[in-house]
Amino acid sequence: MNVILDILSSVGMWEAVLRIATPFILGTLGVLLCERVGVLNLGIEGIMTFGAMIGWLTVYSGADLWTGLAAAALCGAMFGLLHAALTVPLGLSQHVTGLGITLFASSFSYYVFRLAVPTATSPPTIEPFRPFAVPGLSDIPFLGPVLFNQTAPTYLAFGLVAVLAWMLYRTPLGLAIRMTGENPHAVDAQGIDPIWLRIGTIMAGSALMGVAGAFLTLVAFNSFFPTMVQGRGWICIALVVFALWRPGRALVGALLFAFFDAFQLRLQTVVDGVPYQLFLMLPYILSIVALIVMARKARVPQSLMQPYRRGER
Amino acid sequence: MRFERRESGSAALTILAPLGAIGVALIVAGVLITIAGANAFEAYRLILKGAFGSRLGITETFTRATPLILTGLAAAVAFRARLWNIGGEGQFYLGALAVTAFGLFPGLSGAPAPVAILACLVVGAMAGSALLLVPVALKIRFGVDEVVTTLLLNFVAILFVSMMIEGPLKDPLAFGWPQSVPVPDAALLPQLVERSRLHAGLLVALALAVVVWWVQARTVFGMRARATGLNARAAAFAGVPLGRTLTLVACLSGGLAGLAGAVEVMGIKGYVTTDLSPNYGYSGIVIAMLANLNPIGVIGAALFSAVMFVGADSMSRALGIPSYIADVTVALSLLTMLVAVFLTQYRVRR
Repeated sequence: MNVILDILSSVGMWEAVLRIATPFILGTLGVLLCERVGVLNLGIEGIMTFGAMIGWLTVYSGADLWTGLAAAALCGAMFGLLHAALTVPLGLSQHVTGLGITLFASSFSYYVFRLAVPTATSPPTIEPFRPFAVPGLSDIPFLGPVLFNQTAPTYLAFGLVAVLAWMLYRTPLGLAIRMTGENPHAVDAQGIDPIWLRIGTIMAGSALMGVAGAFLTLVAFNSFFPTMVQGRGWICIALVVFALWRPGRALVGALLFAFFDAFQLRLQTVVDGVPYQLFLMLPYILSIVALIVMARKARVPQSLMQPYRRGER
Repeated sequence: MRFERRESGSAALTILAPLGAIGVALIVAGVLITIAGANAFEAYRLILKGAFGSRLGITETFTRATPLILTGLAAAVAFRARLWNIGGEGQFYLGALAVTAFGLFPGLSGAPAPVAILACLVVGAMAGSALLLVPVALKIRFGVDEVVTTLLLNFVAILFVSMMIEGPLKDPLAFGWPQSVPVPDAALLPQLVERSRLHAGLLVALALAVVVWWVQARTVFGMRARATGLNARAAAFAGVPLGRTLTLVACLSGGLAGLAGAVEVMGIKGYVTTDLSPNYGYSGIVIAMLANLNPIGVIGAALFSAVMFVGADSMSRALGIPSYIADVTVALSLLTMLVAVFLTQYRVRR
């Protein structure tokens, strides 16, 4: 019992929660945008892998960290464009296209990675983002180091939650996006082309997924290795359902999830006799539990996975 | 530009679609090889030579195709009923693990080979089915989307395998390496060709492709599964028991993926490690789509993937192009196949 209290009262634990939550926040916001406009994007796992690789490669070749993040966002948007081109105007199966994007993007990242570093046995490292202490605020006891001594991408992710919530619920663009997810015919009748709106929104969402991946190589680890995304993308898909497609709840979901992850990591080191694999299973099982709990409550965007063709009902 | 549904599908287009899709994927991959500084034609010549140029190459290609046929069938039967089983990878591992666990059963080592082999195959298939029944039950009971749950269970299954082969099923004679106890000799699949790794699992896979085709085309269950996939609501109105049909489809699909793992461990490795499968489960999805979900077509699609994987290994050694190009090509062919199928159903009008 004391062990658990020790973990819960340590600054390191709570500081880690925010760090671990960051890629989940970015990825979940990306999925949320795509689904709010009516398209499932199972490409996330591969887009995150590519973002992780290209972010690392950009910095490794001498560019600065922000250029790395930008490269990941750009490549994410390009994969988003591919996903959108196949699922929106052509109306192909969103399940299979997304899986195809994931398989393509991840194998393509391994291919590019191997071309860039053909022989290295241990992955070459880069200098990652350093924590940035907000002057003044980071001196507050306990809360200061937890909240205000994070890296720039973490602040960015938290800021994006607010920006996206404001955009979705307070701007005409957000209204059009939410409306397209519910009823694209109504949007079309308003003189807005739902096809282009979907394509644009999917690209923006996929760019966020790319940045989520780049966070792994540019902040959390300092190198790229295959399979490093480890299902984080799929967990984001589950988190969107848990969040009932709302940005604020997505933040809560990601933080809750990161809390369990940080907690199990620390518990692993102090509890003996329990196989470590059981702890590692926890995030995946929790995601499934979240899906079960929310399945009844979930109010899915009505046109999710319904392709829109003008003049067809 | 707009798309107009074709009045009737044409047989020629249906056959040309996968060939065209593979062709376009090979062209794009050729561009990637050229960018990497090698001659794409030379690369493809070496891939074909690696896969077919020698006795070893040919047997390796068919050895590699064996689990791919089974995971391809697993995805094809599920997708036909619109059950999105993306959990083939996890079912593969549980199937393999179940065989080695069952091998500890003392009665097995004394049993005659055909009995032991059959029992092990059944156990492997049952383990795969059991894993898929969890998400399917959640889908039927709570309406939880099975795509995400099957995907997440892949990670749980592989961690479970890792836990078992470092724990109760660990081989004490493996010098501390995490690998499972070996499959008993009586349950090892016989070789098909001397001095090669090709084993009787290939015959099992080919026979099952025919069986699955027959079940889908000629039985009431097959008809119900197809009806569920085409329009679940209409099928329910026509009296198809949706829950029972989906459960049976899950048993079949998970069973085939579990069997793939069982066959791989009984035919080649003899024991389970956590790198037993180079993404056989995920490749099965591509293979099913390339085959247009046709069980007989799965054989051809699995052979295509096997040629790419085996050939790319030897091409990579000669030219220095990463062998991941095979994965890229196979993944690309899934995307191009989707477009090709679309073009067989719609025509483009200005």
